[in-house]
Amino acid sequence: MALSREQIAQRVAQELQDGYYVNLGIGIPTLVANFVPEGIEVMLQSENGLLGMGQFPTEQEIDADLINAGKQTVTMATGASLFDSAESFAMIRGGHVDLTVLGAFEVDVNGSIASYMIPGKLIKGMGGAMDLVAGADNIIVTMTHASKHGVSKLLSECSLPLTGRSCIKKVLTDLAFIEIKDGKFHLLERAPGVSVAEIEKLTAGELVIPEHVPEMTF
Amino acid sequence: MAGFNKVVNSYEEALAGLEDNMTIIAGGFGLCGIPENLIAEIKRKGTNGLTVVSNNCGVDGFGLGILLPDRQIKKIVASYVGENAEFERQMMAGELEVELTPQGTLAEKMRAGGAGIPAFFTATGVGTAVADGKEERQFNGRDYIMEEAITGDFAIVKAWKADTYGNLVFRKTARNFNPIAATAGKITVVEVEEIVEPGELNPDEIHTPGIYVNRVILGTFEKRIEQRTIRPSATSSS
Repeated sequence: MALSREQIAQRVAQELQDGYYVNLGIGIPTLVANFVPEGIEVMLQSENGLLGMGQFPTEQEIDADLINAGKQTVTMATGASLFDSAESFAMIRGGHVDLTVLGAFEVDVNGSIASYMIPGKLIKGMGGAMDLVAGADNIIVTMTHASKHGVSKLLSECSLPLTGRSCIKKVLTDLAFIEIKDGKFHLLERAPGVSVAEIEKLTAGELVIPEHVPEMTF
Repeated sequence: MAGFNKVVNSYEEALAGLEDNMTIIAGGFGLCGIPENLIAEIKRKGTNGLTVVSNNCGVDGFGLGILLPDRQIKKIVASYVGENAEFERQMMAGELEVELTPQGTLAEKMRAGGAGIPAFFTATGVGTAVADGKEERQFNGRDYIMEEAITGDFAIVKAWKADTYGNLVFRKTARNFNPIAATAGKITVVEVEEIVEPGELNPDEIHTPGIYVNRVILGTFEKRIEQRTIRPSATSSS
């Protein structure tokens, strides 16, 4: 069975380590915050200028001056700090964020990522995504493995305009956990009940399959 | 003698000197911390042919979005322009020039502009459309592109509090681009929720020193929320 959005987030959350500063993109990455493993502390960075993002506010707590990068109302965690946009991206570009999780339309065997624009169709802009992929060393991309029509999103070369070139090393899809190195995809884990053959069929770029591919555990 | 007193008493006075075809740098992220009354004054004035530098372009009917129906904006430099149907229409029709700029690069362009740094190198955008036509250089084996600073004829800024000397304090994430926008305007105009006397703000807690600020005006704000996300209140506990 392909992973649900929540399960993808849950598997990503297993990569969190105690004391990590983490930037979570919009969509599935945001859900990672709900699955922080017990006994570890992480602090969420929101690139509009907040380190230590808390949960959504109650109706009484809503504050128009306190939002996240997805423009949603939020609260601050204990020990939070606030800063301007240049400072925020100094953290990101300076490599101070320990883990970045973001979505994508396509990823390729060289670690390039397309996530912000479908020409003629969707032109909204890159926001902070280009800075995040260029500035972070530890990035996990979350996305579905293939489109609804079965077209692979793991390619030999991205077809859409790039968000970043050769910057992605890990991809977690609804079917598999994949590492990118030496110009190839390497299958690390498969979703429970999903066969290696199924993953292979939906991976357009070259895929290295080790003898034993463990199932993800939750 | 006004001395260091930057306070003006009308929005007309706040934007005196703003003319067609000028460049305006605007603070704000989404609809958070936007100088909403200064934007409304630009609409009222009917200034057009503007180049606007702002992370976003508001929404239909609020924020910078209100400058679109009368085609007051010629060009926008922004990182994210979703959530705005009229914007999309004008962009697709080629009526509005759009320069998509990564958010961190946009912030740094303003910071550099305000700090007298003409350009800088960044890894952001290398190998993407953003790098087209820009100088590339390697430092320590890594590729970087050169990005040029931005300054504006006017910067329009929203702060929480100011003293009459133009020292500013921002509130929560309404700070965002505002302090750096404030540094990058030839004339920087700030609208605030409260004006106090010099000495009332703790000097250690001033975010933007008054040297960057030319005019301060007291406003009232709608503070529209783009995405109202809430969790249910706890009913049993305190």
